[in-house]
Amino acid sequence: MSNLAVGATIDPGHASDDPSRRDFIHIAAIAAAAGGAASVAWPFIDQMNPAADTLALASVEFDLTKVMEGMQVTIKWRGKPLFIRNRSAAEIAAAQKDDNAPMKDPAKDADRVKAGKEQWLILIGTCTHLGCVPTFGGGDWGGWFCPCHGSQYDTAGRIRKGPAPLNLALPDYAFLSDTKVKIG
Amino acid sequence: MSGHSTYTPKTGLTRWLDSRLPILRLAHDSFVDYPTPRNLNYFWTFGGILSLCLGVQIITGIVLAMNYTANAALAFNSVEHIMRDVNYGWLIRYAHANGASMFFIAVYVHMLRGLYYGSYKAPREVLWLLGCVIYLLMMATGFLGYVLPWGQMSFWGATVITNLFSALPLVGPSITTWLWGGFAVDNPTLNRFFSLHYLLPFVIAGVVVLHVWALHVVGQNNPTGVEPKSKADVLPFTPYATVKDGFAMSLFMIMFAVFVFYLPNSLGHADNYIPANPIVTPAHIVPEWYFLPFYAILRAVPDKLMGVLAMFGAIACFFALPWLDTSKVRSMRYRPTARLYFWLFVLSACVLGLCGARLPDDQVIPGLKTFTLIDSDPNSFVWLSRIAALYYFAYFLLITPILGLVEKTSPVPETIASPALNAKKA
Ligand code: HEM
Ligand code: FES
Repeated sequence: MSNLAVGATIDPGHASDDPSRRDFIHIAAIAAAAGGAASVAWPFIDQMNPAADTLALASVEFDLTKVMEGMQVTIKWRGKPLFIRNRSAAEIAAAQKDDNAPMKDPAKDADRVKAGKEQWLILIGTCTHLGCVPTFGGGDWGGWFCPCHGSQYDTAGRIRKGPAPLNLALPDYAFLSDTKVKIG
Repeated sequence: MSGHSTYTPKTGLTRWLDSRLPILRLAHDSFVDYPTPRNLNYFWTFGGILSLCLGVQIITGIVLAMNYTANAALAFNSVEHIMRDVNYGWLIRYAHANGASMFFIAVYVHMLRGLYYGSYKAPREVLWLLGCVIYLLMMATGFLGYVLPWGQMSFWGATVITNLFSALPLVGPSITTWLWGGFAVDNPTLNRFFSLHYLLPFVIAGVVVLHVWALHVVGQNNPTGVEPKSKADVLPFTPYATVKDGFAMSLFMIMFAVFVFYLPNSLGHADNYIPANPIVTPAHIVPEWYFLPFYAILRAVPDKLMGVLAMFGAIACFFALPWLDTSKVRSMRYRPTARLYFWLFVLSACVLGLCGARLPDDQVIPGLKTFTLIDSDPNSFVWLSRIAALYYFAYFLLITPILGLVEKTSPVPETIASPALNAKKA
């Protein structure tokens, strides 16, 4: 009998038992314990995820008459800054002119605004590198400059230089009227 | 542990205790009778200094927690309340804030001591790894603690560091949301950070016990790197090491006191006295000084994921060191070439620290205009940090493995005592 484990209790009546039966019990016990441990661990892990009241985020409505051409208003939405920019004709032209320029995250200007409302650029104002808030008017493209590690975005919020991998993100939003927008 | 215990309980009470819980015997064998190499220099006092620092942080921290409120709306003001209203609150907070810096000064000296004298080499690999784990835990604790006053640097430091995880492919965004407990750094983040900041120092204390246990199994290294061979090579821990450690701790505490009483804010950043504002990033955000070299490495790489990997890789190098070093000689005292590269390594780390404190596009030599190399001016801190980072990695990954095979070392003494004995004869 090669399977005589050291210290194992041998029941003389069952000396010829199939060794795989004991193995099976070991494996089943370990599997049950692991499954149990994992299912107890999950609530402790998941409690770190956003709570129900954090998830139940109100959307915001914003009155666009507050933003004059060439200006930008930053509001807080889901704990993050949101840029609402009323672009000047020059900003729009600069963004469209570069539509086919080489970019890390290529996008057309038209895909970043709503048709017929090209002046309104609404962006989540967190740098896609490590989350700082870029400031408008810096950098080589006349758009946003991130003070943290020097990422530069153009006037469509597209990443043009620096360590950020993606364009500034667009939130879900809809125009309720010509002067009112609902975000979220 | 080293041989037989020489502890003999002298009173009835200690005899009674010794046969039930031999804790006094353990203390005696570890800190009184424990043999230490006779030639330890002052760099060997930093282990004790580190234990002192940990004690200071735990005691001041527990007192601060009695007066602090972990709530995004109240945290900043509760710290100001500690500073202005709580009796001696200013002292306790300044001691805790500067204590973290003192802790890192001590750990960097302690680690460089290990690097120089080859204390990570066999049989001290596990001891070294435990030290590296302590260092990681210290960095985590320091970062979490800096978030608690909820000033501008707290908030944006937390944002940048937690966003590091968003660089991971696929799971990145879910991990950051999970870390925040929301869609940005906010009240849930502050609460969990406080809970963990309270917990981790006790985890550190546990790992320190393992670290000292491992130390007492393999014994201390010493400036020659030669293992003690006889009684002539060692001295009992008490009084020799205890008194020397005590003297070094006193000097260290004087330096600590100079910071607490005369320069309490010199190591911090003024912007952290501005309450956190989630929609305005300060013009120039920098981490605490002890993270600057790693921050510079992060910024040196133009790609997000690669930058994050390089930063963590810079720390991982310390873990891998015992298996990267091929030298047969332990101490750099007998490795003249290695010594040169070692000091260059120290220099590269300091240069990285300087770069981390500056804006990437700032000029190193003011006013000197050059050209654009790949993406920036070579006369910029981003390029300087690239050069320093290359050397940093080359030191671990190329120089250390190759040098050990090709270098010419100077003669290593037979025993620790022999250089002293020879000097006496001469
Ligand atoms: C809270 C942090 C730490 C504490 C309290 C601590 C404590 C100690 C103490 C008391 C000693 C014995 C005295 C001495 O040789 O200096 C020691 C030795 C040692 N420590 Fe640490 N340590 C800490 C962190 C670290 C770190 C971060 C590393 C390395 C990455 C490290 C590596 C070592 C090594 C290699 C030794 C043996 C040194 C030798 O004998 O040559 N320690 N530590
Ligand atoms: S966070 Fe914007 S460049 Fe790093």
